[in-house]
Amino acid sequence: MPDFLLEIGCEEIPARMIEAASLELRERVAALLARERLAGGELTTFDTPRRLAVLVPGISQAQADLTEQLTGPSVNVAFKDGQPTPAAHAFAKKAAVDVSQLERVTTPKGEYIAAKVTRKGRSAAEILAESLPKEIAGIYWPKNMYWRKPNERFVRPVRWLVAMLDGETIPLEFDGITAGKTSRGHRILHDGAVTIPAGSAYVDALRSAKVLGRAEREYQIRKTLDAATRAIPGVRWREDKALLDSVVNLTEFPSVILGGFDSQFLSLPAEVLVTVMRDQQKYFAIEDANGKLLPHFLAVLNTDSGPHGLIRHGNERVLRARFNDARFFWETDQKKSLLERVDLLRSVTFQKDLGSYYDKTQRVQRLCSWLNEILKQNGVTVRPGVVHKAACLAKADLTTELVKEFTELQGIVGGLYARAQQLDPSLKEETRFAIADTIYDHYKPESTEDDVPRSIEGAMLSIGDKADTIAGMFALGLVPSGSKDPFALRRQANAIVKVIAEKKLPLHLSEMMKDARAGYRGSAAEKKFVDDEAYAQSIKTLFRERLEFYLKDAWGYAYDVVKAVLGADVDDVVDSLARAQAVKQVLHLPEFQAIGAACKRMRNILRQAEEKGIKPAENFESLPESASEEQSLAAYVEGTGPRVEALRKEKKYAEALLLLATARQPVDAFFDKVMVMVEDPKLRANRLALVRTLLKEFSTIADFSEIVAEGK
Amino acid sequence: MTSSSSNALTFQELILRLQTFWAQRGCVLQQPYDVEVGAGTMAPETFLRVLGPKPYRVAYVQPSRRPADGRYGENPNRLFKHMQLQVILKPPPENVQELYLESLGAIGIDLRHHDIKFEEDNWEAPTLSAWGVGWQVMLDGLEITQFTYFQQCGGVDLNPMCAELTYGLERIAAFLQDVDSIYDIVWARDPDTGAVVKYAEVRLADELQFSVYNFEFADVDKAWKHFELYEAECNALIEKLGVEKKDLALKRGNSADPDAGSGHAQSVARFPLLGAYDLCLKCSHLFNILDARGAISVTERVGVIARVRALAVGIAKAWVDQQKGESVAEKADEPEPAAEKHTKRTKEALSPVGS
Repeated sequence: MPDFLLEIGCEEIPARMIEAASLELRERVAALLARERLAGGELTTFDTPRRLAVLVPGISQAQADLTEQLTGPSVNVAFKDGQPTPAAHAFAKKAAVDVSQLERVTTPKGEYIAAKVTRKGRSAAEILAESLPKEIAGIYWPKNMYWRKPNERFVRPVRWLVAMLDGETIPLEFDGITAGKTSRGHRILHDGAVTIPAGSAYVDALRSAKVLGRAEREYQIRKTLDAATRAIPGVRWREDKALLDSVVNLTEFPSVILGGFDSQFLSLPAEVLVTVMRDQQKYFAIEDANGKLLPHFLAVLNTDSGPHGLIRHGNERVLRARFNDARFFWETDQKKSLLERVDLLRSVTFQKDLGSYYDKTQRVQRLCSWLNEILKQNGVTVRPGVVHKAACLAKADLTTELVKEFTELQGIVGGLYARAQQLDPSLKEETRFAIADTIYDHYKPESTEDDVPRSIEGAMLSIGDKADTIAGMFALGLVPSGSKDPFALRRQANAIVKVIAEKKLPLHLSEMMKDARAGYRGSAAEKKFVDDEAYAQSIKTLFRERLEFYLKDAWGYAYDVVKAVLGADVDDVVDSLARAQAVKQVLHLPEFQAIGAACKRMRNILRQAEEKGIKPAENFESLPESASEEQSLAAYVEGTGPRVEALRKEKKYAEALLLLATARQPVDAFFDKVMVMVEDPKLRANRLALVRTLLKEFSTIADFSEIVAEGK
Repeated sequence: MTSSSSNALTFQELILRLQTFWAQRGCVLQQPYDVEVGAGTMAPETFLRVLGPKPYRVAYVQPSRRPADGRYGENPNRLFKHMQLQVILKPPPENVQELYLESLGAIGIDLRHHDIKFEEDNWEAPTLSAWGVGWQVMLDGLEITQFTYFQQCGGVDLNPMCAELTYGLERIAAFLQDVDSIYDIVWARDPDTGAVVKYAEVRLADELQFSVYNFEFADVDKAWKHFELYEAECNALIEKLGVEKKDLALKRGNSADPDAGSGHAQSVARFPLLGAYDLCLKCSHLFNILDARGAISVTERVGVIARVRALAVGIAKAWVDQQKGESVAEKADEPEPAAEKHTKRTKEALSPVGS
């Protein structure tokens, strides 16, 4: 049972692509081994910027021989008078057995002759040499290239291949490279061929050639970041998972150096400094116990830690130049206030059909006023004048040098400038700061993990800005589909849902989106818009999916609970969340398992009736021939229905549901004893009416027919 | 090594060393192109040479003008015109990365004492309809080279593809000499007296005056007019070539005489596409000036880029065709039955451009 090793040696693979490719290679090899019956133990992967490798211990040397029964012609054809005919001979020849070894099998079609054939298993080496090149070529890369022939594509040129079964080379070839036993070590620290004696010795051989696996690199980086930080008492490096992943994927043998910068740069906002360090230089920032930035940084190297200090010196020089640039931008930007910049937005395109950012500013201001009205009407306290002014200035930072250089700081820069500038002499400082914070936060949340804006006004601007974008795009028919969502509209819809939920805003999505679309009235884009109905429908679908995602992802609600809750209504995020909480509370009760089953039954009955064109009566009325269970159920509905409805109106969903639970007994009794689809048309229509009313009562909070019974 | 010591390479020594290194590896040393370009890629030694099947290796310094990047000589890190050392290896040798690293050794960078990383950076030039994948090469956190595997140029897929190495000379010199401002780079040092000439002395005046010109004085109306004149002439040339080629195809198609249309063939072969390309470069530079003057609105921008791209793509395709004609002419010297030669030539002439 030899150990299998495959290593694809490549010029530097982009950091962002390594993990996914490594995983895919692993899956492809696992699938190949399973498909070809070569077994093997637990697969391990090994990946660095210059290689993707898979190790599988104990795979089969060869496929097991496979014995199969081949069926030939029918006995009548194969034998005449007990003697084999030419057909029998031909079949025996094909199956490579003697005619005397032919057997008879009975099939539903009659008696046939058959032969047992043994297919010799192929050797693992042969199969792997033949199949692996296809698997390697099949790996998905977000962006690939060719270097030999236009039809051979990979992420970067492949420079070597190692493919082995224990100590034996598997003779495979990919894009002109023949696999051997020779890998390569670290570019600088080893720089030479590394002979791999056997698959099982791979990791150690590379380690001594200064190449470490992913987990080891991550451990090493964390450890040395800690160690370097300890040089200064009372500080810590700022945790940044994305940055850590990135440097793990940029190194084969990492180390860390501690560098410093002139503390005068600390007069620039921490956001700007950290962005320069993280995004441009891939440095970790250092902060004190209060989170205040200190004039130091940590750089992760792909070599030993530069004992001569040259590397530190070089990195400090680069950072100084970058910070000088940032300061230059900051100072240049102050020459024109945000207010003056609003007009410049006329020449910044938002989207080719939807006009400029100036147009967008006007629309968002209008939409925010509408939101302001709605929220006020519903008793939410909003500071006057804040959101209106913030909406006016929110996009002005797109014209600043700093945002042109660091687009990821959009909004943040606007907020910082608003804080630093006078804005309007009549404004109280408190209001000015509120405006600044509203601008600062308005792109938030940028992901499902990100925080929502701090203030209500920030939440309003965040929602208004995104709703305007979604409205314009959807009205143009630019609806995301499958993996295609170039304008990140799903992410923006996720953000809207999250903000509304966390800020508990009394908003109806359909109304808001209708108003957002109204903002485009009279614009040139309107001619290209889809009609209102199609728009409303696509918006509803979008938010339904997003709300479903939110309830599952952020709250962990089970699939059926979410389905049930959204089956009742999808327009009010806060209300959906409250209903989901209530449903979850009562779901474990046996009554609701029964009610769920009953709801499914009722839905089926009504559907079948509809298919047969049988209409329920207008209202249920007590008939002389009505069964007693039928009557007591009707009485129950009449008595309990209004009480449930009252609780529902007060949004006391859990209580309403507990009250509904008492329906179990009359419902069960009804279905036990009463047949709905009887011959008598009057009785039948009457019973259908009762079922319909009942189902409606049950479904106002959640559609219980979606509930999956426990234990199933 | 390094650290502002007087033995660090001067700017001109840096250039000389790199040129020598690449000359020793089979590169033609070209001189800078004398029409304004925004990058070494736009010089015909790259833009046109990468097209078609002929192997080629070339290295040259290219002063690259980017009017909008001007800072009046006040910013220590940004220039209106910077120098690139451009190397084209077509096709690239298998050890191209190792060769590149060796070239760093040649300019005194001992990699055992530095941190070098190849970080993803995919290059794209929409005005040239050109793109490639590659890296920015980071040395101790400083981007010193753009390393690109060129995949497409002028809308034409490259076969063979080539490697393009673009060294940022000012950055590397500032690194080697350990100075914080480009203007403090020692350009030359008198070997006898040790007297130095600094970058500022050589170039500061251009930085200042061209910033003033590009941002303040360039006449927008006239620049637009120039743009349109160059564009019109370039388009007229591309169209004229199209007519020549059609005539050629017609003559050959209608005649059994293998020499039919030879006059047209000759006029296609001598057609001044290089002249057309200069006109295209002029348009590109004027676009950059207009952009720096803030004379191009965002909505117009896309349209103007598309106009320049149309010229570049038209020329690239025509160039590939013209080169094909040339290779056929070379083959014509081989002994070959006339009739066969004839069909082959006709087929070549009729084959779709860029295929």
